[in-house]
Amino acid sequence: MIKFIRYFFGIKLTLITALSFTTLILFLSGASPFAAYYHILKGSLGSWIKFAHVIAAWIPLTLCACGLLYTFRIGLWNIGVEGQVMMGAVFTTYALRQGIDSHHPALFLVLSFAAGLIGGGIWALIAGFLKTKGGVNEIFAGLGLNFVAQGIILWLIFGPWKRPGIASMSGTALFPPQLWIPYFSSIRLSPAALSLALIALVLTALMLRYTKIGLSLKAIGNNSHAAYLFGLKPGRYMLLAMVFAGGFAGLAGSIQVTGVYHRLLPAISSNYGYLALLVVMLANYNVWIVPAVALFFACLNVGSIQLPMMLRLDSSLSGVIQGALVLATLAVHAWQIRSKDKKWVN
Amino acid sequence: MGELNLSILFAGVIGGATPIVLAALGETITEKAGLINLSLDGSILLSAMAAFVVAFETGNLIMGFVTGAVVGSVVAGVVAVFSVYLGQSQVAVGFVLTLMARDLAYFLGNSYSRLQGPQIMPCPVPFLKDVPFLGSIFFNHSLPVYFSLLLIGFCWWYIYRTPLGLQLKSVGEHPAAAYARGTDPRKVQLFYAACGGLLVGLAGATFSLFTKPGWGRPQGAEGTGWIVLAIVIFGGWNPIKVAIGAYLFSFLQVVGIYCQGWLPSVPAQVFQVAPFPLMIFTVLLMHFGEKESVLSWAENKPGIKYVLQICSGTAPAALGKPYKPD
Repeated sequence: MIKFIRYFFGIKLTLITALSFTTLILFLSGASPFAAYYHILKGSLGSWIKFAHVIAAWIPLTLCACGLLYTFRIGLWNIGVEGQVMMGAVFTTYALRQGIDSHHPALFLVLSFAAGLIGGGIWALIAGFLKTKGGVNEIFAGLGLNFVAQGIILWLIFGPWKRPGIASMSGTALFPPQLWIPYFSSIRLSPAALSLALIALVLTALMLRYTKIGLSLKAIGNNSHAAYLFGLKPGRYMLLAMVFAGGFAGLAGSIQVTGVYHRLLPAISSNYGYLALLVVMLANYNVWIVPAVALFFACLNVGSIQLPMMLRLDSSLSGVIQGALVLATLAVHAWQIRSKDKKWVN
Repeated sequence: MGELNLSILFAGVIGGATPIVLAALGETITEKAGLINLSLDGSILLSAMAAFVVAFETGNLIMGFVTGAVVGSVVAGVVAVFSVYLGQSQVAVGFVLTLMARDLAYFLGNSYSRLQGPQIMPCPVPFLKDVPFLGSIFFNHSLPVYFSLLLIGFCWWYIYRTPLGLQLKSVGEHPAAAYARGTDPRKVQLFYAACGGLLVGLAGATFSLFTKPGWGRPQGAEGTGWIVLAIVIFGGWNPIKVAIGAYLFSFLQVVGIYCQGWLPSVPAQVFQVAPFPLMIFTVLLMHFGEKESVLSWAENKPGIKYVLQICSGTAPAALGKPYKPD
């Protein structure tokens, strides 16, 4: 019970700290904080169409966050998730390009998701092998691969896959509508993509909680040497965790191509990979808090699009709020541990 | 293609690399003390914005640079306090700050976008600039460029030739031993994080007041922080090799612009990717260069042995692992 109260006290303190910081920033920029918060709220939850946009952002965010739970569990910082989304999108685009003139578009749609899964998985596996066999820290390997993936996308858009006529930063040519993932036309929400994210969520929760793999990941993450002495092979499980993370991120990339943009463009990942890292940290690595935090972050992202139009503010306010929240969580967490330690000493 | 063209090319490389050299030296100092400041990409942008706004409002360039330096060291200080004193993951804090500082810069700098502000004028060194060839490469620039050139030598001297440098290295290699010798590793790490951040902030100010004058979204400095992190590893945490890495990158960028002429289908951004595979490859070489089997295999192959020797360089042993006093 005391633990419960502490937890909620911590959340309250976090929210107050983060909110006062962003309010201060808003005062600094000379804008009315209440107007800004109001427009974010209205822009994200004000109508069903806007809420459908929020869900469209929630889906890839949740998929990436689910994947990251595996790598965080084993103690890996998979910062390469961004590149894994991009490679998922590249592989998906490749599969869809084969199906442009086909009579079985549904088949190619399914294939394109498999391709996205494989693309993200391969990209994660490269980072994993660099870590386990090559002695390259997964953070730097992942970062490097992110930029290589971005380079590959740019090269494809301006080179082999350029739009007939003129190549530009706006991406490849639009796919025909039969290669779009089916959606409700009234609010542009795809039930298939939504169920994919929900399945990923449940699967991840079950895997981490009830299977031997989940237990092994946790054991290695807590004490890799002890796990090794126990007979678990940390290297293999690291690769496994990376494949899971990359696969989910790749699926997020597939959805970005088939469900959102219907083409490949430089900003295809929309920074969802990096944002998912913040989501998982703020959710305290708990699979059941992840969807709520992801929803909140998606609301901030979608709602802040209103800011430039309504208040002539930059939409990056959402990022400031998200960052302030995570930083405040880390600080409150540290403070709680410290005060607990002091009690022990006394 | 004569001497003139070549010297203009190299002068461009030296000038363009200035902010990268500054930030890379700053990050080298911080990492030598055992702390990773992952927030570079954001803090460069935030200090660039702050420096531009202050210089624009006051009309004083020096105030701009000072603001940039202060912003840089504050961000680095937050990383250090969170990791050293509060025991949080450096990577987590640094990463959050990267994203947050970038967004903060875009948000607060919004009303200063696309304004014509003050910028640094060239300031050739008298007499030296007339030295044939070398004069126009090294001595026909503005003040930040000379500062960065001098700083390379200073950092090397400080780290490898002074007692304070020894203390800095000891904290990064073995904080417990440094503690036993009467040094508080936490204070040293906080101090060098702030110093490194100061240089990173100067790098940001150099961007908005000199290399890519002005502010906007995008400013043009995006991604530099990540490149700098790659270059520091590429240079094996040695200031001179790190600086060479920065110039190499700048050279690749300039060559990339020339290459666009005969490779029009490849956008310039693709060349920006080059440091990252190079960085991964260097770390791989470092890793395999330490293995006995690889060393004995390379014994009779002078070329490979030489490459392995160049790439040898080990990370500070306690990098990323803050010291916890009992």
